Amino acid sequence: MYEATNTITYILLFISLYFEVFILITYFENRLEIKKEENYVSLGLKKYPTVTIIVPCWNEELTVSKTVHSLLALDYPKNKLKIMVIDDGSTDKTWEKIQKFKNNPQVEIHTKANGGKYTALNFGISKLNSDLVGCLDADSYVHKDALKNIATYFQDKETMAVAPSVGLWQPKGPLQLLQKVDYAFGIFNRKMFHFLQAVYITPGPFSIFRLSVFKKLGGYRHAHNTEDIEIALRMQKNGYKIVHAHNAMVYTVAPNSLRKLLKQRTRWVYGFIKNAGDYRHMFFKREYGNLGVFILPMAAISIISILTIASISIFGILNSLVNKYLEIQTVGLSFHWPFSRFEWFYVNTEIMSIIAIVAATGTITMIVVSKRMAEGKFNFGMDLIYFLTLYMFIAPLWIGKAVYNVIFSVKASWR
Amino acid sequence: MEPKKINSKKYLFSFIITAIIFATAIYLSNYFSQKKLDEIRNIQDKISIDILSSETQFSLLEESLCKDLGTETLSSELGELENKLAYTENMRGVNDPEVTTLKRYYSLLEIKDYLLMNKISEKCNKTPLSIIYFYSTNNDCLDCEKEGYVLTKLRETYPDLRIYSFDYNLDLSAVRTLISINKTRNELPALIIKDKTYYGFQSIEDLEKNVPELRLLRNTKTATSTTATSTKKN
Repeated sequence: MYEATNTITYILLFISLYFEVFILITYFENRLEIKKEENYVSLGLKKYPTVTIIVPCWNEELTVSKTVHSLLALDYPKNKLKIMVIDDGSTDKTWEKIQKFKNNPQVEIHTKANGGKYTALNFGISKLNSDLVGCLDADSYVHKDALKNIATYFQDKETMAVAPSVGLWQPKGPLQLLQKVDYAFGIFNRKMFHFLQAVYITPGPFSIFRLSVFKKLGGYRHAHNTEDIEIALRMQKNGYKIVHAHNAMVYTVAPNSLRKLLKQRTRWVYGFIKNAGDYRHMFFKREYGNLGVFILPMAAISIISILTIASISIFGILNSLVNKYLEIQTVGLSFHWPFSRFEWFYVNTEIMSIIAIVAATGTITMIVVSKRMAEGKFNFGMDLIYFLTLYMFIAPLWIGKAVYNVIFSVKASWR
Repeated sequence: MEPKKINSKKYLFSFIITAIIFATAIYLSNYFSQKKLDEIRNIQDKISIDILSSETQFSLLEESLCKDLGTETLSSELGELENKLAYTENMRGVNDPEVTTLKRYYSLLEIKDYLLMNKISEKCNKTPLSIIYFYSTNNDCLDCEKEGYVLTKLRETYPDLRIYSFDYNLDLSAVRTLISINKTRNELPALIIKDKTYYGFQSIEDLEKNVPELRLLRNTKTATSTTATSTKKN
């Protein structure tokens, strides 16, 4: 049993380290490319395409106005940008709140019976004829340059969708601060997937598509409440190019309680597993490039890795706690300052510890680069401390819950 | 649809780097492991020399006064050896052949130390106070873990108390002889104190009650270092 657990752990560690090495090589291979892209974007657009941003909202009375205002403040020609606010049968005062925009020539407001986010998006898509179409969740806000930067990428005729960089809106407290690092990490990963032509999520907040994508491939689907994963996979399956504009920032409000965070992340992981199941024929197929042979299989394996390594770590911690409890129960509490007499003999030099140090160094390197990409600089703050100390304990919770939901067919919900 | 390009060289290169990291980790781990085993062997050799030196000193000073001979002449590093051995046993597993060899050597050193202490005590008309502790690393001794904590605590409280711990199942004739002369049954944990054997878990209070001499040791302020101790620490 002990040997089997060890072997599985080594295999998973090898795979995880391999992924890390691969991604870091991709970064070092392309870091000059990132600079080039930034220079290209700074040159600006020769011709501005027409864009419609759909804001689907369901019970968003508190945030919808701010979201629309952030869109109106975009640095983009007013005659080229339309905002379509769609109330998806809200039961609060969302409809009343959006009335104030009804006379704005840039804004269109609609209401429909509740049917879910994807129905609101399809409703909007069916009514427009702009070159580009995007969506902004009603709890997200955009940086004024975001759309301009994204539109630059569409100068490449092959580009069919552009994913933005998602950051957090004014994070406060340990839970939101640790998510800030996670989102920064997401920006780095998505950029690397961009270089590998393997972006498999076009995030809900402010991903922009050519309208022709929906005309040719059809509208959004329910897709287990993660339509942003499904549409990206459908595009990849059909050979459509998706890129990532790392300098197009969009900010979203992070869950402020563990319960909300668990719910949100469970939905994401559940959605990934279910959609990966629906698109399983893409796995290990060379025709889908890096996405098929590496990124999708690795994303699936990472779920198993995190659960296994977390289970082993948690079992180890529990075992130590039980032993400590037994010791206290037997001889009472006695405190020994652990570093009073340092001896190298007691330093853990097992293979797993050395690999863990190397893997942690790789992860910290990626976090430094991620934070530089997301914030323009690296600063060591509490967000990093919370992420490094807490994330490994809470992430397995939603991954475990999502896996449980998949196995026992418990459907994920939005709220 | 045109198939997307895959850079096979990058996959291979990443694999080679990962394999090199793994191979280096295995090499480093083995290197440090060997260094640690060497350190244990060095301590054992030093203890062996200490014991031999004490025995020789004992023979030389046979006619001398007891003040020249005391328990402090016994090796002071058995405690450190025991700690390092217990740690190594935890890390490498109880069935590791290196650990078994080291434990056999350690047990022999303990017996030699025990005999020497008895000799010195006899010559100087002192009543030796020591605990012989039999434990098992098999899962059949649930209380051995707890007894280990008790004996570790006793060692801290009474630094002059000598505790000799033996794996009951160790395949070593000297240990088997020690078991047979004391007629120790396989009901572990078992403690032998002043020729009396106590079976089952004994708390600190039990031991202090059964061995009142322990309290005398509490007041002894000798500078003697600790010696052999309990085992099965975590």
